[in-house]
Amino acid sequence: MSDVARQFRDFFVSLKLTIVLLALSIVLVFVATLDQVNLGIWAVQQKYFHSLFVLWNVGDVPVPVFPGGYLIGGFLLTNLICAQVYRFKLSAKKSGIWLTHVGFITLLVGELITGLWQEEFALRLDEGQTRNYAESYRFNELAISDTTDPNFDDVVVIPEKFVAKGEPIQHPKLPFRVVPKVYYPNAALAQRDASSPTAPVTPATTGIGLQALASPLKMTYKQDERNAPAAYVELIGPEGTVGTWLTSADPRFPPQRFDYGGRSWKIAFRFERNYKPYSLTLLDFSHDRYPGTEIPKNFSSRIKLNTPDGVDDREVLIYMNNPLRYAGLTFYQAGFENDDKTTILQVVRNPSWTMPYIACTLMTLGLIIQFGIHLFAFIGRRRRVAPVAV
Amino acid sequence: MKKFIPLLVLLLGTLYLGSKLLPQRSTSEFNLAGFGDLPVLVNGRMKPMDTVARNSLLLFQGRQSVSTAAGVKTTHNAWLLDVFFNSPVADSYRVFEIVHPDVLALFELKAEDGDGKKRFSYSDLTKKIPELEKQIKLARPIESALRTPFQRAVVQLYGALVQYQQLKHTLSPPTSDDYLAEVLRFQKLIPEGVAAVRAKQANQPHDEAIAKTMIEFGQRYLFMSEVTSYLAIPPPNNVADDTAWVTTGASLLGAFQRGSVDSSVLAYAGLGHAWRLNQPEQFNKIIELYSAQINPRFGERIQKADAEARFNAAEPFYASMTLYVFAFLLAIFSWLKWPEVLGRSAFFLTGLAWIATTAGIAVRMWLEGRPPVTNLYSSALFVGWGSVGLCLLLEAIYKNAVGSVTAGLIGFATLLVAHHLSLAGDTLEMMRAVLDSNFWLATHVVIVTIGYSATYLAGALAMVYIVRGLFTRSLDASTADSINRMVYGILCFATLFSFAGTVLGGIWADQSWGRFWGWDPKENGALIIVLWNALILHARWGGLVKARGLMALAVFGNVVTSWSWFGTNMLGVGLHSYGFTDSGFMALSTFIVSQLAFIALAVVPLSKWRSFSATQTGNAVTPSVPAAPPRAPARS
Repeated sequence: MSDVARQFRDFFVSLKLTIVLLALSIVLVFVATLDQVNLGIWAVQQKYFHSLFVLWNVGDVPVPVFPGGYLIGGFLLTNLICAQVYRFKLSAKKSGIWLTHVGFITLLVGELITGLWQEEFALRLDEGQTRNYAESYRFNELAISDTTDPNFDDVVVIPEKFVAKGEPIQHPKLPFRVVPKVYYPNAALAQRDASSPTAPVTPATTGIGLQALASPLKMTYKQDERNAPAAYVELIGPEGTVGTWLTSADPRFPPQRFDYGGRSWKIAFRFERNYKPYSLTLLDFSHDRYPGTEIPKNFSSRIKLNTPDGVDDREVLIYMNNPLRYAGLTFYQAGFENDDKTTILQVVRNPSWTMPYIACTLMTLGLIIQFGIHLFAFIGRRRRVAPVAV
Repeated sequence: MKKFIPLLVLLLGTLYLGSKLLPQRSTSEFNLAGFGDLPVLVNGRMKPMDTVARNSLLLFQGRQSVSTAAGVKTTHNAWLLDVFFNSPVADSYRVFEIVHPDVLALFELKAEDGDGKKRFSYSDLTKKIPELEKQIKLARPIESALRTPFQRAVVQLYGALVQYQQLKHTLSPPTSDDYLAEVLRFQKLIPEGVAAVRAKQANQPHDEAIAKTMIEFGQRYLFMSEVTSYLAIPPPNNVADDTAWVTTGASLLGAFQRGSVDSSVLAYAGLGHAWRLNQPEQFNKIIELYSAQINPRFGERIQKADAEARFNAAEPFYASMTLYVFAFLLAIFSWLKWPEVLGRSAFFLTGLAWIATTAGIAVRMWLEGRPPVTNLYSSALFVGWGSVGLCLLLEAIYKNAVGSVTAGLIGFATLLVAHHLSLAGDTLEMMRAVLDSNFWLATHVVIVTIGYSATYLAGALAMVYIVRGLFTRSLDASTADSINRMVYGILCFATLFSFAGTVLGGIWADQSWGRFWGWDPKENGALIIVLWNALILHARWGGLVKARGLMALAVFGNVVTSWSWFGTNMLGVGLHSYGFTDSGFMALSTFIVSQLAFIALAVVPLSKWRSFSATQTGNAVTPSVPAAPPRAPARS
């Protein structure tokens, strides 16, 4: 083996590297936890854990200042696998270490998969309401629907990030180009008195935008708030402009209708939707409190689950610590609003949800074996020493 | 003769504990204990009056003892009776603690005028309450973590005053001079009064004076029912729902429909009358009759309330604290003289204190019907319990008093922490829906808390090692070696439990919220403990640290654990956020600084360690002495 290769190997199998990586991960987790006060949990995950480097902005230039979760995790994984292959022979005495390390590898891989593919949505249902889609907690979309046919809508959705870019968007299903002119990641809406000569200038030429005005707001990272982006969007047909609309993802802001080219259209900025091949109906939501207080004791949603093909048609009860797992998704009781008449379910897709269970069983078992070996050796030694001491 | 000393110590300790269990002899002719057993439904839980009195005093002034305006020591139950029935007297008790100078200035008070230079009466404060309300309007919209110390003091005091008002409106309107007569008059007036009001509403001829009086009664009782949230009146016998307790005000309002005043309301009115007019015989008779009246229906829960009052009086945790101090001192002295006798005595006392905490925790579990750890307060009790349990085990194996010293240290410290946490209010509060799962509370929470216990224990053992080694000559080679082994063994234990506990938390989160790991501050704190313990173990296995380095790292484990236990809750974000307190933050910071100081001591060059200095070289010390200064602490 060449010198370089040996050095390379020695570096990756060394216990010192393990310790440095453990220390780095402690610092990373600690700082990320503190930063949650500023950024909120979701942004912290992106910045610190689901990244190769933690970036700090110096002026406008992002500078890597610390290894991120993927980098530390990747090195730990390499270190562990190398050490395992190179240093530990598979033997009964080392079985505890083996199990622990294999479990840890599974855990790291599982967390990587989760970081890459986990999705979370909210499903809001009023009592008696039926829905076949859930809404994103964070992402929004611009939806333009052709509503001419009374039997169905033909919808084109444009994810928020394309709206943010501001470049014209041409889609074969639309007879016009979509040109986002102004975009605010979070916006406040205010009344605009169009009849007044002193009314503030607005980019909007039609629709609600004539009576309402959007102004930028600081982005929020709080766990119980979400950003409501707004955009002024111009639609341009072959004969020139159709008009500029104000659109907002604020749930109070309704979709706007217009006619163009002999067809009826609807434009709306809305929470990103995730459609399901089945529908849920909220039959009843109940919320028990401890007597004489507002402390919640229990909340539960009785739901009717339907698939169009009729394969599933049944009632389920979702309550705290008792979610519904269906079609690769899990539905949890997350909250309620509207005087206990609306339930909020959290819908999660996590393809690797079984991996932590496996990993942790392996690791716990491994630790018990490893420390058990130590303990018995210790007891045995004391037994041998004890008679001498007496 | 000397060998009987440990038994004597054990006997004395047992007698001390036994004396705590005896009912306290009351100098009062009033059956205050009987009053303390009466139940009231607060925050969803049936509590004895005794607990209401103690918790309120703790919240107002951070202690349970109370004196009259004249400075005569009295009991918490007597104070509560005055609050319930004798407002003018109650207002003169100096029970509101104010220390922030700006808050004192707000009320135009001087610290010197207060009882103990910090406690003031409600009468002292009344004049400036509008000013306080102005300040509270300014402070309220600000998130608790962002409030200034002044704003926090304002919010705290306001909370205390609100609770005081609630108490005052619990059993009678505080403005009434003769409440019993008032209720009886109301009772008598109901039939014609209701008729008069009905007639008035229907624009029929009616007795205007009676209608007016009746409406005034109604407004008065409506106000009473709106002010308080203490549900003191049990449901009448024809109501099936056992939890349908109501406030006195609401019950009086109900009398308009029922046509008569509820017997419980009358009983309390009579009780108040007897208390105000100083008629102990009548007072005691009413207590007896009223207890007999509610006993058949709420017997089991009243038994619990009674047990809780006795538990409060026995103060098992306070008693343990005292015993831990003595055990600690005896164990320290055993290193100087009579190692066998004093060491054994210390061991016995530690065991006794541990049994008392065990009993205390068991009673709390029975009262709540829950696993041992349900909130921050009970976690402090349990951390101490776990650590001391392990210490007893170590002491049984090694018999060198190290276990007893550490047990005394941790036992005392955790109970002290628990005491300060109890100031926040009821420690037996109901569980919120999301936590309402005995299975997960019994597994995840208990195991992760044992992980805390073990990490602290390793840190405390390391502190003993450092202090003894550096400042005394008493750390001989074999003791050094045994502490080294103890720390290592306990760290293994800590790693296993903090890991398993954290994982179970992840599984609970997966069951409840659909994600195994959410990077919530508390989860991260637990993760850091696991990582830190893993780091120490790897450093030791790799030979990167020897005894002294191990000790330094183990002490830092205390910092890590404290941050995870309390620091994460102070951030004000995430699922385990309990709010920020200045005193809590100060205490945590002080503790962390003290631990860093211990680490600094650990890195003092070995030649300066008295136990290992030149005079003792050549001994068998070598195996536990690191050749080079440890590296890892520098990185931490």
